[in-house]
Amino acid sequence: MTNIGSYADRLTNFDWSLAERELGYRKGDPINIGWYCSDRICQLGMAEKKALIWEDFHGTSKTYTFGDLRVLSNTIASYLTGLGLAPGDRICLFLDRVPELYIGFLGILKMGGIAQPLFSAFGEDSLFTRLDNAKTAAVITQRKHVAKIRKILQQLPELRHIIVIDPDGPPLREREIGFRLDQAPRVENFAVHPTTAESPSVLHYTSGTTGQPKGAQHVHYSLISQYLTAKWVLDLRPDDLYWCNADPGWVTGTSYGIIGPWSNGVTQVVLDAGFSTERWYSLIQKHRITVWYSAPTAIRLLMREGTAVARKYNLSSLRHLCSVGEPLNAEAVLWSKEAYGLQFHDTYWQTETGSIVITNVPGMPIKPGSMGRPFPGITATVVDPKTFEPIESTATVGLIALRPGWPSMFRTYWNNRVTYEGKFKNGWYICGDRASLDVDGYFWFVGRDDDVINTGGHLVGPFEIESALLEHPAVAESAAIGKPDAVNMEVVKAFVALKPGFQPSDELDLEIMNFIRKKLSPLAMPQEIEFVKSLPKTRSGKIMRRVLRAQEWGEPIGDISTLEND
Amino acid sequence: MDDIRQAVLDYIRKEYLEEDDDRELTETTPLISGGIVDSFSMVSLKRFLEKKYAIQIPDADASPEAFDTAQSIEALVRRFRKA
Repeated sequence: MTNIGSYADRLTNFDWSLAERELGYRKGDPINIGWYCSDRICQLGMAEKKALIWEDFHGTSKTYTFGDLRVLSNTIASYLTGLGLAPGDRICLFLDRVPELYIGFLGILKMGGIAQPLFSAFGEDSLFTRLDNAKTAAVITQRKHVAKIRKILQQLPELRHIIVIDPDGPPLREREIGFRLDQAPRVENFAVHPTTAESPSVLHYTSGTTGQPKGAQHVHYSLISQYLTAKWVLDLRPDDLYWCNADPGWVTGTSYGIIGPWSNGVTQVVLDAGFSTERWYSLIQKHRITVWYSAPTAIRLLMREGTAVARKYNLSSLRHLCSVGEPLNAEAVLWSKEAYGLQFHDTYWQTETGSIVITNVPGMPIKPGSMGRPFPGITATVVDPKTFEPIESTATVGLIALRPGWPSMFRTYWNNRVTYEGKFKNGWYICGDRASLDVDGYFWFVGRDDDVINTGGHLVGPFEIESALLEHPAVAESAAIGKPDAVNMEVVKAFVALKPGFQPSDELDLEIMNFIRKKLSPLAMPQEIEFVKSLPKTRSGKIMRRVLRAQEWGEPIGDISTLEND
Repeated sequence: MDDIRQAVLDYIRKEYLEEDDDRELTETTPLISGGIVDSFSMVSLKRFLEKKYAIQIPDADASPEAFDTAQSIEALVRRFRKA
């Protein structure tokens, strides 16, 4: 029996208050995610239960109980308050997947701060854009990442504290302060800030076609969706050992790498290491992992290694598999059945939705390659891209649209209300993805409706890449698009026109790749650079990315009547 | 140490570590599984090897395992140098 039971029954008379009741929350009460993920679980008698089993690539392991989570998140909350940080301050977590990231997230929420997790592989430009936009007051980081912050520090006057969790070594510098969680006096009691349903909780940055990345701002009430979807879609149960591959620098890593499992009182395993097929399988075998939430890119890498490697390990503990980040191709679903005896269940959602909105719930027949059906409480459809009216016919491609109002929906883009409001049309939230519906109400993903590049499940904005490319001394103009990739779905390809005096060469190609990797991130690094004499532009001078993309994907170019003639 | 391994380690230190990151890199340091080079950045490392050693490494052979240490990278380079 699954947690959700009958999907059809759950659709009838569904009300989010069901989750509120399970969590003991009443409208108007304070609601603080940090408290719900630690103190409440202890109050339920699970203080001694393991919450986090952490390992790094050396094999070093640490285990934390829910009691530890409670006290250590108190400790961090108290420390932050002692530094003068106040409720509402944006506090960035710029960390690898170390325990301080997970516990620090709860600590920030407990003192009323807004947690701003950022992917630790971001380069200084990506980091600056996000810290500057949020006017971040403090960053919690590791010594190995401090150099990137130092490079941009003078441009960030609002950034008051850089808290280094491993301060041993050369002296710290301006605004830097050391804080060792394992040596800090443990704080048994901390007055958790009485945040309410609409109090801001988390700021996750996401990319669009135009402009710089935008901060999707979530609230503490998102817990209601995250708790219930973790219970019903991931099917988390009290005796589970859960593993989510996602880094909390991205929304999956917080909604389902922290909030979902811990608000359900479930033990999770975290591996702070890069991808390695054998290491991953040995982790599942060692900890007897039962529920695994992964991503198509990782699954395709595992597929490449074949089923023989999987069979070297005892993976029989696995009982439920889910996937997120990009469409899960039918081959991957079928392969997982062969390799693990279980099918991956695709889940669809995005930074802005805060939780899973379309999915294959356990027990529902999986149509390999389909995204599944709406989660109970979510009204989803596809709408016509011009009228924004629902498309009644099946197999007709339109835009995925959701009726606003589910608990974890983002509340705004930080400092960008106009763009936020532009996401709503005709009473629908428009996701920016294209799909069709079949006769059974299953959604079938087609692609993005804009120029945003989905690489390895992460959205990368072309504008950000093109802006960074222009900072390279050899680049006169550029365009970035996604090109098809067997593992990552898309990877970044850049078209570059050089300034006079520069010639295309292998050296320059590699130099530009590394330039973007260090400035932005490895995800944004073009995996291919095509040197061109000029780029297709409209008569008004706007680069026509869609022409380049159509050529790359072998699709019709469409209307080029506005194309500038050379 | 073999010159290929040394060249790989020098390149990793120059391109993938911050200036004041003084962690030890040896020929057996896990680069991919250790999180020093992520799977996306592997592409630029592959490009570097192809350029420096005038070889072509097929994508199918550019696995995270093959790129995980300077030692395994050396074996990969030698394989394609012979081919």
